[in-house]
Amino acid sequence: MLRLEKRPQPSRLWTFATPPLAVLITMIAGGALFAALGKDPAEAIATIFWQPLFGEFSFYYRPQLLIKAAPLILIAIGLSLGFRAGIWNIGAEGQYIMGALAGAGVALALYPLESRIVFPLMVLAGALGGWAWAMIPAMLKLRFGTNEILVSLMLVYVAEQLLAAMALGPMRNPDGRGFPGSRNLRQYESAHNGELIPGTGMHWGVAAALIAVILAYVLLSRHSLGFHIRLAGQAPRAARFAGVRPGRLVVFCLGTAGALAGLAGMFEVAGPAGQVSIDFNVGYGFTAIIVAFLGRLHPVGIALAGLLMALTYIGGEMAQSTMGLPAAAIQLFQGMLLFFLLAVDLLTNFRLRVRLREAA
Amino acid sequence: MTTPLLSINGLTRTYPGVIANDSVSFDIQEGEVHALLGENGAGKSTLVKMIYGLVKPDSGGMSLRGAPYAPANPSAARAAGVAMVFQHFSLFDALNVAENVALGMEAPPPMRRLAARIREVSETYGLPLDPARLTGDLSAGERQRVEIIRCLLQEPRLLIMDEPTSVLTPQEVDILFETLRKLTAEGVAILYISHKLEEIRALCDAATILRHGRNVGTCVPRETSARAMAEAMVGASFNAPRRAGQAAGAVALEVRGLSLSAPSAFGTALRDVSLTLLQGEILGIGGVAGNGQDEVLAALSGERLTDPDTIRLDGAPIGRLGPNARRALGLLAAPEERLGHAAAPDMSLTENALLSAATREGLTRHGFIRWGAARAFATRVIADFDVRTPGPETAARSLSGGNLQKFVIGREVLQRPRVLVVNQPTWGVDAAAAAAIRQALLDLAAEGAAILCISQDLDELLEIADRFAALNEGRLSGARPTASLSLDEIGLMMGGAHDMEVAHV
Repeated sequence: MLRLEKRPQPSRLWTFATPPLAVLITMIAGGALFAALGKDPAEAIATIFWQPLFGEFSFYYRPQLLIKAAPLILIAIGLSLGFRAGIWNIGAEGQYIMGALAGAGVALALYPLESRIVFPLMVLAGALGGWAWAMIPAMLKLRFGTNEILVSLMLVYVAEQLLAAMALGPMRNPDGRGFPGSRNLRQYESAHNGELIPGTGMHWGVAAALIAVILAYVLLSRHSLGFHIRLAGQAPRAARFAGVRPGRLVVFCLGTAGALAGLAGMFEVAGPAGQVSIDFNVGYGFTAIIVAFLGRLHPVGIALAGLLMALTYIGGEMAQSTMGLPAAAIQLFQGMLLFFLLAVDLLTNFRLRVRLREAA
Repeated sequence: MTTPLLSINGLTRTYPGVIANDSVSFDIQEGEVHALLGENGAGKSTLVKMIYGLVKPDSGGMSLRGAPYAPANPSAARAAGVAMVFQHFSLFDALNVAENVALGMEAPPPMRRLAARIREVSETYGLPLDPARLTGDLSAGERQRVEIIRCLLQEPRLLIMDEPTSVLTPQEVDILFETLRKLTAEGVAILYISHKLEEIRALCDAATILRHGRNVGTCVPRETSARAMAEAMVGASFNAPRRAGQAAGAVALEVRGLSLSAPSAFGTALRDVSLTLLQGEILGIGGVAGNGQDEVLAALSGERLTDPDTIRLDGAPIGRLGPNARRALGLLAAPEERLGHAAAPDMSLTENALLSAATREGLTRHGFIRWGAARAFATRVIADFDVRTPGPETAARSLSGGNLQKFVIGREVLQRPRVLVVNQPTWGVDAAAAAAIRQALLDLAAEGAAILCISQDLDELLEIADRFAALNEGRLSGARPTASLSLDEIGLMMGGAHDMEVAHV
């Protein structure tokens, strides 16, 4: 019989060891899943984790890694601040869309003006767009005590409808012969978020993600605001005793998460995606929740988790095309990662003991 | 000599790194009140858990009326006639009394029969209780009655009581004792755990003293002084707190007409609370738990705001200032609940030092934390208040209750407060640590600070407070000099006996 024993304090070793362990268990369980589907499990796992990095076509896939990881990391950093404080923003996907719409809106309004001011204005608008969308659940929570989980999640669907309306209506490309979708911003030089170093996938969004990781690290480990965020999440009463105003934290955490998600959306629409289209959002805002937890809500962990998650995305697509694995199997695989992480998390606070005799 | 009711022979139980009980032996006779004494961590709870079937001994055994007794679980213990009233009540606020009683029974009878039985038992033993009342509306004393009646319905031969009087007024204590005496007259034995030595002297027929898991002696409490028992528990003599008699100074803190709504459905509203606190004095506020203690502390610490003029510090209105603005002015507080309110359980002592000392000790600069200074301050608290811990990086929750309490009080005292508000400063703390904390409060007052000490331990208030006031249902009585008060008067100030009556013996 196995027995759980609470540790006097959280184990440092397991705090760092659980994410790799979760990845390992996911590989085993995922392998079993792929085997059950009649595919060679070793080959499937290798396709997902090895091929994009070191395989034959890695020259194409490696830049993709940064392009996919950047929005995940940027969004997850913002979410992690709130999650640490016990503020559950589940609507990053909507904030991501609104940031993209605001950023693209500025660009389309200024088109065809070529100026160095265009891109910074778009960055500002993107951050503001996401921030404003996140302020809706924040204000409703402060004013009426609504649950931010529900409100932020519902607003994702509102944002999706708005995206569709924009792609079909006001933002539709006038020269597009009636096809839905805006002008392609990659062909508008002042607004294009292109590669900073050719062939690497490095664009402004990647730089922003890196800066966000560093700032979040400094905030959480050195600044009293970061201390208050952690305090509010761990012991809300102690936080009030320490002089933390819960309302301010709600505004700060939701606002920051919204602004970062908005930035991610803006960098995406101005670069890799290129245009506002009905199917612009691909679920980064939701996947970032997994990334945030996989990275233990720690900025450096989130950076690593973002890269890992991007890898499963890219590898998953490869496995779909080369091995004929169903898309649902890949999503299940990603879900398993969070599932197993939460399960092995137990080891951080508990010790597993083999019960030798019948003792309580 | 007759066969003892319960005979304990060489019970030993170890936990990783600790011997909780080291071959403990003693007997409990039928119809006797047997006290179990010891500091926190002396092994009282482990011993009691073994008797109640919650923990199994590593070695040693027990016999009940001569027959071997080794309960596999609490229901086996209950079936054998052993019942227990826990220190922390396990009642559901949203259920009524009868439903709560039914939850603790093996095979509860139909609700109507059960309600009738509850009425019958409660009248026999002088513990009036309406089975239909909602538990959330009951006072602490009434909740305890629910627990006791739940046990009595099982007609136990041995009743274990863990710190039963810590939530009662003196009158309620008297009535509880009448009930217990009636039970013992019927032959029921009571194993009684308490820190209150005078109480044990009044009630108990025999006492067993535990220290570091060993039985270090038995005594007849009526014939032993409280001091001798305390020293046997600690294993050394210690100094009782001493105060330097001195005149009180100017008004430090003034509260006028403080009324606040209840923070939650089962909280207490404050009604027109007024008090004046002088420099250099300790004002004790007594009262049964749940009569507004937490709410008074929250209003003074700045966790809840009031009109500016309701609370004045050195004459300046501070009712609208938050906790850190008040700290900057010298008003500090130490809440009752150590884990989760005064301290964050999973954070280190360094982080917990930062929690309340950032403002006054300058532990942040331009919003950035000076971790070195925070660690140094935590280290100073640990050293000055004899906090037993591996170091300032230890998580707060891994400290024993008494050690964490010393840290929490020390953290505020070392910030040199002008006014310090403490709630239950020595709750669950062993005798030596409690004496050290009380001495620290007395020393602070001697240096001219004003101290408001909220406590449910009347002995503590009588020992250190210059004046005494009582909280009852959110109202505060006028303050009176402690020296001129008798226990009866204090009990009446605290709101009397909460409808208790003496058992119909």
